[in-house]
Amino acid sequence: MAIRRLKHTRTHAHACMLQTPLDDFQEELVIRPLHSGDIYASFQFRTVWDADFMGDQKVSHYRLFPKSLGQVITKFSVRELHISFTQGYWRTMQWGQPYLPSPPGAELWVWFQDTVTDVDGTWKELTNVLSGIFCASLNFIDSTNTVQPSASFKPLGIGNVTDHSFLRYATLPREIVCTENLTPWKKLLPCGSKAGLSVLLKSEKLFHSTFHSQAVHVRPVCQDPQCRTTSMELRQTLNVVFDLHTSGQGKREWSLFKMFSRTLTEACPLASSSKVYVDVTDNPQFELSPATPLLTQAVVLGDRRTYSVYDLTQQASFGSSRSLNMLLRWKAADGEMLRPLLHSERYVAGYGLQAGEIHTLIYNHHPYRAFPVLLLSAVPWYLRLYIHTLTVSSKGKDNRPSYIHYQPSKDRERPHLLEMLLQLPPNSVTEVTVEFERALLKWTEYTPDPNHGFYVGSSVISALVPSVVAMDTNSTLDRPLFSSFFPCKEEASYFMRVYTEPLLVNLPTPDFSMPYNVICLTCTVVAVGYGSLYNLLTRTFQVDEPSPGLAKRIANVIRRFRGVPLL
Amino acid sequence: MATAEVERKRGQLAALSIAVVVVLVGVPLWWRTTETYRAWLPVNQINELAELQLQLSVDVEVVFSRGTLMPEQQKKVPFTRTQEEAQKVDDDTTLRYRYESKYRTANIMEEDALKQPTAAEADLSLHTLSASPCGSVVVYVIPETSVLLPQGVDVYIGHRRTAVLRMGAPMSVGKNHKQLLAHLEPRITQVVQVMSFSHTDITAALSDRVRLSPGSKESLADSMRSFKSSPGYEITFSLLNPDPKSHRLDWDIEGAVHSYIQPLLTKLAPLANFSIDSQILYYAMLGVNPRFDSSLEAYTLNADSLAHVINPVEARLGSNAASSNPVLNFLLYVPDAHHSPLYIHDHQKQPVASNAFHSPRWGGIMVYNVNDLYGRGETPLPVNININMEKVMGVFLAQLRLMLGVQSSPAPPGFLVEPCGGAGLADWELDRLMWSRTVENVATATTTITSLAQLLDQIGNIVINDNIASQVSSTVTSLQLAVAELEAGNLGFALQYSKEAILASERAFFDPSLLHLLYFPDDQKFAIYIPLFLPMCVPILLSLIKIASEARQRRKLKQSKKD
Repeated sequence: MAIRRLKHTRTHAHACMLQTPLDDFQEELVIRPLHSGDIYASFQFRTVWDADFMGDQKVSHYRLFPKSLGQVITKFSVRELHISFTQGYWRTMQWGQPYLPSPPGAELWVWFQDTVTDVDGTWKELTNVLSGIFCASLNFIDSTNTVQPSASFKPLGIGNVTDHSFLRYATLPREIVCTENLTPWKKLLPCGSKAGLSVLLKSEKLFHSTFHSQAVHVRPVCQDPQCRTTSMELRQTLNVVFDLHTSGQGKREWSLFKMFSRTLTEACPLASSSKVYVDVTDNPQFELSPATPLLTQAVVLGDRRTYSVYDLTQQASFGSSRSLNMLLRWKAADGEMLRPLLHSERYVAGYGLQAGEIHTLIYNHHPYRAFPVLLLSAVPWYLRLYIHTLTVSSKGKDNRPSYIHYQPSKDRERPHLLEMLLQLPPNSVTEVTVEFERALLKWTEYTPDPNHGFYVGSSVISALVPSVVAMDTNSTLDRPLFSSFFPCKEEASYFMRVYTEPLLVNLPTPDFSMPYNVICLTCTVVAVGYGSLYNLLTRTFQVDEPSPGLAKRIANVIRRFRGVPLL
Repeated sequence: MATAEVERKRGQLAALSIAVVVVLVGVPLWWRTTETYRAWLPVNQINELAELQLQLSVDVEVVFSRGTLMPEQQKKVPFTRTQEEAQKVDDDTTLRYRYESKYRTANIMEEDALKQPTAAEADLSLHTLSASPCGSVVVYVIPETSVLLPQGVDVYIGHRRTAVLRMGAPMSVGKNHKQLLAHLEPRITQVVQVMSFSHTDITAALSDRVRLSPGSKESLADSMRSFKSSPGYEITFSLLNPDPKSHRLDWDIEGAVHSYIQPLLTKLAPLANFSIDSQILYYAMLGVNPRFDSSLEAYTLNADSLAHVINPVEARLGSNAASSNPVLNFLLYVPDAHHSPLYIHDHQKQPVASNAFHSPRWGGIMVYNVNDLYGRGETPLPVNININMEKVMGVFLAQLRLMLGVQSSPAPPGFLVEPCGGAGLADWELDRLMWSRTVENVATATTTITSLAQLLDQIGNIVINDNIASQVSSTVTSLQLAVAELEAGNLGFALQYSKEAILASERAFFDPSLLHLLYFPDDQKFAIYIPLFLPMCVPILLSLIKIASEARQRRKLKQSKKD
């Protein structure tokens, strides 16, 4: 508490003689050189506001916290909101773990306050409003892609809510993320894109990358270790991976300018802390210039890493050129990456357009420890899962999940939800398979490009992974932002979330001129039947003299010529 | 031959019966299955409402104090009189004003109240005696010699719904009862027009349905300035800080809203719901670069360039995601050290005293110069600045009154109107606003509902579901009630019903289900029906033609046989 108090006095005493409520803004950039030669940059902007959003009093006077988001939280009684937009798939085996995982496309999960009576209605309205705020097609979230996970998505902020009827989770794997989503996201920052780290966020570079993910997380957090008062925390994160070959021209050399085509010249004047971290644990594989004397260690994802720190609030960081453009140059191209302990793959097997099988492979690379994971998969109703075919096996043996929560789908109403708790044996692959049958859609239910296939959102694997080093459990301590997102309850393990690939499934697709063809064909058949029937009913039948045959007539013509009597 | 004839008859009968089956069963079946669902709408009532005939009734109470009436006149009091005035605005809008005046003499307590030394005190004590209902007017007539009103003032209008009127000299009034009324009535009408409504206000409120004849530029600007009537408004105060490195701003917006804005809004609560919020925007620039005027040693913004100021700022303001009510924006711009002081100049190149301007139906912007707080260059940047909210809120409050349509139209000569006090709004000003808002709501709702009815009538493919039908009928009922309450003179209820009508009519008009238009172009319908209808109908038609021609031939044959 003393530390926290100290920080407040430090940041605010000189900033402005402010009364309550206090708000505080921090910005941070972490750069991690990846073993593949690519580079990973992760921005985090955190606004903490000691305002009580959950009380009766309406919060209406905003300073650093964005008004548009605050109004949404107040109006819809949101306790926690997590939204992410991602373009590209995070390659865990090449890149290691991201600081903040997110599935391809859009993901939204919200915990509502327990005062909300009509959760589904509020959720529907909320998604529509958020769709307007972020210029995204979140309005396509409806009951057919919303689930209520029972165990996988616990609140990340304070509050021990267990009633998952106030939780809604939805993904839109098809969502394409682009500039129009970045602009409103930047607008939520107090400094916009005018000063501080956010000047680097230029869309022409950010979207010329192999992986781009931007997210907004709103949650209540403790103000002090005793947690007597709460404040609202808004974290805006942006993760981007630049490719060695497309962005780096194949040279293992990265600089801020090469990545973002901008350099840093100042911190955001509203930020109480503004720092750039560069992961130098793997030094001396590469050299970093300008060198900084500040080094810090942080425990991230079960690993103690060393970071060089550039404090942008200090004028010395910018040097004589008044701009910071750090340069990373590799000396050697080799080096082994630590294998991530948890990793997963998913694919569709089978042939034909009727049945298929979903395979999920979960890898535990820990040499001697087994640990439990929660697997969540939400499958749209048009893939009819046969839950009796669910098999889980690891190392060739049957592995019975200790907890299964299955909610069957209803056609056109809700998706399948399958959640289970699995124990992963050490150094093993666990395979989860389930068979499904493809349903036939109505012709208006197909997407505009049905032959592209239908997406099935990523499965989510949440796990408490045993840690090699002791984790830091004090959440209120002044730590780098990237290491303090997931709350850590015990020292021996850390929380991790892994998203699998989304699936692309082909459904039986009709020829869409079919309705007209069917109409024409049916009408023709009906008309033919009707015509003959009509003919039979209305025609008058009478006995007629049989007319002479053709041969006879021709013979008669010839006979007439010859003057012989006719036949 | 006879069998052939029978066979031919049978064929004809079969063809005829098939034709009958097709007409009696096939056509209705086809009609019913391809019909779009259209719920019943009260079209007749809507058409009645399209011809708007509004009657506004005001209760006027005229109280004679001692010494104003001749003995002869006194005998006739109390009595009531009703005055009516009809105005035709356009072909289908007629307005009728009805003043129901009740004349009586003052009771002892009222006499005492009128003996107070000043008019303001008299106004207050008269108010405590009896609270007059919303929309009504009480006029106290005092003798010519009374010292209550200052010299040269004939009518005093206070904060409530009472006015004090000075009687003319006895000889000009005359002894007769009729003469008295002839003297008083025009003056009372004048008072009522100030305190409740005048014909110009009401026609301005009808601007949605009546195309106004181009009047004076001034009145047009007045009518365009205020926001359209709406059931709710969002008021947003934004503090624009163009350079947080140069100064850190602090404003006590909560306290300022509480002490300056909230009293007015509490007063206006019957009119609409208001919600207030505020934000601080950093690095928010104006759209134009102010010019440096070396003679003034200041930057100036010309009146011509003000139009370009708003657009770039507006992109940052952000719309209110949580409601769809109109937003009133009030921006406070504090120029940074290098661009201050900044003054707004009017068309005559003179600095504007308030250093603020407003944009009709959008909000207001004020420039707040703080350059004297910067010291002489020795204070390290950023400078902490505490904004004087009293100065700011004074300007914003005046702009808010304009935006909400609380007009203080110039009083006729001889009138003394008490300036509004702490509440920011007198009772009769509220009444005035309520009258015009009610009429505006009724006009808007009728326009909405008639255009919806017209649209639905014109496009036969729109599905009208039961929800829309119920919204339409509730609009119609509320409108009828509002019109009836206006006629009865119950202003409060009329406003309430008119608000309900406007809400229901908007809901019906903007219902998303109306968009699911079943649009099948006629040529495509034809293309789909042809494969079925052509092979079915051609034989039927041909055999019908054949039957008809045979019948005609037979008749001809009979004719010739007869001959």
